[in-house]
Amino acid sequence: MIKRIIVVAILSLAIFACTESDDVSSGNGINDTFDRTAMLSNISDNIIIPAYQKLDLDLNTLKASKNAFIANANQANLQTLRVDWFNAYKTYQTVQMFQIGKAKEILFEQQMNIYPTNTTDIENNITSGTYDLSHVNNNDAVGFPALDYMLYGLAGDDSAIVNLYTGTNYKTYLSDLIDQMQMLNNSVLTDWTSNYRDDFVLNTANVASGAVNQLLNAYVFYYEKRLRAEKVGIPAGVFSSTPLPEKVEALYRQDNSKILTTEALNAMQNFFNGKAYNSNTQGKCLNSYLIALNRSDLVNVINERFDAARQKVEVLNASYKSQIETDNIKMTEAYDAMQMVVVSLKSDMLSVLNVSVSYVDADGD
Amino acid sequence: MNKRLKTYLNKTSNAAPLAVFRIGFGLMMFYGIVRYWAKGWIEMIYTQPKFHFKYYGFEWVQTLGNYTYILFIICGIASLLIAFGFKYRLAIIAFFLSFTYIELMDKTTYLNHYYFISILSFLMIFLPANKYFSVDAYRSNIQYQSIPKWTIDSIKLLLGIVYVYAGLAKINSDWLLRAQPLKTWLPSKYDLPFIGESLMHQNWFHYAMSWSGMFYDLFIPFLLLYQKTRAVAFIFVVVFHIFTRVLFPIGMFPYVMIISTLIFFEANVHLKIISFIKKLLPSSSAKAIKTKEAFHFKNKKIILPIVGVFLVLQLVIPFRYLLYPGELFWTEEGYRFSWRVMLMEKMGNTTFKIVDGKTNAFFYVNNSDFLTPLQEKQMSFQPDFIVEYAHYLGNHFKNQGHKNIEVYAKSFVALNGRLSEPFVDEAVNLFAEKESFKPKSWILPFTDDIKGL
Repeated sequence: MIKRIIVVAILSLAIFACTESDDVSSGNGINDTFDRTAMLSNISDNIIIPAYQKLDLDLNTLKASKNAFIANANQANLQTLRVDWFNAYKTYQTVQMFQIGKAKEILFEQQMNIYPTNTTDIENNITSGTYDLSHVNNNDAVGFPALDYMLYGLAGDDSAIVNLYTGTNYKTYLSDLIDQMQMLNNSVLTDWTSNYRDDFVLNTANVASGAVNQLLNAYVFYYEKRLRAEKVGIPAGVFSSTPLPEKVEALYRQDNSKILTTEALNAMQNFFNGKAYNSNTQGKCLNSYLIALNRSDLVNVINERFDAARQKVEVLNASYKSQIETDNIKMTEAYDAMQMVVVSLKSDMLSVLNVSVSYVDADGD
Repeated sequence: MNKRLKTYLNKTSNAAPLAVFRIGFGLMMFYGIVRYWAKGWIEMIYTQPKFHFKYYGFEWVQTLGNYTYILFIICGIASLLIAFGFKYRLAIIAFFLSFTYIELMDKTTYLNHYYFISILSFLMIFLPANKYFSVDAYRSNIQYQSIPKWTIDSIKLLLGIVYVYAGLAKINSDWLLRAQPLKTWLPSKYDLPFIGESLMHQNWFHYAMSWSGMFYDLFIPFLLLYQKTRAVAFIFVVVFHIFTRVLFPIGMFPYVMIISTLIFFEANVHLKIISFIKKLLPSSSAKAIKTKEAFHFKNKKIILPIVGVFLVLQLVIPFRYLLYPGELFWTEEGYRFSWRVMLMEKMGNTTFKIVDGKTNAFFYVNNSDFLTPLQEKQMSFQPDFIVEYAHYLGNHFKNQGHKNIEVYAKSFVALNGRLSEPFVDEAVNLFAEKESFKPKSWILPFTDDIKGL
């Protein structure tokens, strides 16, 4: 009897020893379940990397038109600069949800899109001429929102704005901002193309540090906090006693707020459906993962809710600020429709995929 | 009947199994406390959150700030003292009180196995676990060869209740006919070596696991009781619990159950374990102590009724759900303390609206301003959490100077692979609803049907 117990004890210890290390990767056995590596390849090769490449392109264009403007500060060059800024801003909406890897490490989104931007900090930086743009205190004085102010908010009309750029201080700050953004994005892109992509695609373990887990965590978090709350909810005042129209994205060029939301919403849904960045080809992504788990019902609900949210956004005024000031109900309706996507993503999708996300790793029973 | 009961209560049994049980229990609890501390959970779960969810009737149990650590130290020392059998009665009372207090501080982390530890340690207060092979016996120079048989049987009964009730709870259509929630959980274990990619997503495997899990729970106590099947049953116990440990993050529970079931074995197994432990101890200085025949309780008249009522309560409490209308899995009224283990994959999303009842002006609450991610997750699908949090929010904003406060919840819950459905009546002001044992009328009805116990 006692021998048997010892045998069992040793056996269980052996099994225990095999499982305590949580980061066992799955090797390349027979693979007849859903192919996560194929999904991650599609995500990185057809979605994430092309999006960063496009942003890299846009930021280089922006840099060029900035250089032209600095060399010759006139209204025409300002106009080109503005157009290029907005093109890059739109492209940026397609990468912000991927706050993983290098982007997470360097706090990419905090350096690219914290709004409302702090104009006092910006003006102080310009006056003093000494600043560390990557410093956390400058997160609200850099990136696209800072450029929004630099290109539209400095003065009452365009000629007055152009006038400010005759001195060196404004030129330098504008130039540093754009160079910094281009550099940051390039470092994220380079990391993806040099080694991160291969690690990412093979990192299929279902642990908090696994690629799918990190990606889903970032994706859902982005949608709930950055897209639903920051772009629409907070300005509409759903979390405060009164609306806060000065908190809209692209405050100084107000007509842009809605377009940026739409871009972000489209990027969210396209990612869900595995649509390639540069074409209409669909590859493996969350939708096919759910279908592999027999939950095409959920795929339909999620797509319907994305569509419903987009419709509610489409009826809004291009300028959220004027929408909020004239008829805020439409804003809160858009928020409510966007909230329904959160319900599907958080309480349905995360439950079905059953991936461990960044919740506390407490015991279950 | 009365006579048979009397003869049963006078029966004695070898004292070794209870002594081994005491040692195993103490050591595991000590390890459990150290593990909890090392993982940083004391801070994460007890000292950092602004707000704690309380059990109904135990709202007075407060966290102790940094003194919470002292509570864990007391609990850890008590565990070791239990293992050594040193000042046993005091140690087990200290353990029961400190451990239970810890659990009562926040119900977010409610687990059936924590509840099991609480009630088991309560029972152990009344058992003579230090009468054999203990420091207490050594110091008093007396140890007893045997103890009343019912003391060991009471632990067996408690273990039997846990298993059988867990098995009964699995007799429902979700578990047996839809293989849920295992069908949701197992495919996500694709990264296990060998079985991850080959078994975990197989439909037949989900059903096989569900059905065998049910049979295991229902019958294992009986197989352990019966001498001929005991050894095989114990192998089942080990394999089953190790397997669940591999599949799910269930912490200490598998080991607690494996060690606990040793109590079903005959005394000779435990005597061998004890002689093995003795070999590890320095024996040269050991003095000889007197061994007496049988230990008898002096205060039987008090202890027997307490233990009797306690065990009857354990049999009855899990059935309290019958008093509530509606689907148990959905409303969770009477769900806890009933050995309903791993029965549900349930996730929700619940947001709150603070309304000024006069002006109808409103705003939404950002849950992460008040709750930890774990608290938010648990709150989102459990009605008693929802109403408690609604009151907390109402009072919070009242103190901030808001007037005519009404609190409404918008809640969606997904259960066992169904699409999420509205969970709470959005028109009910939860700030005006009181927590009680009465059915909660504001929980919307479950739209599907789960048949079974």
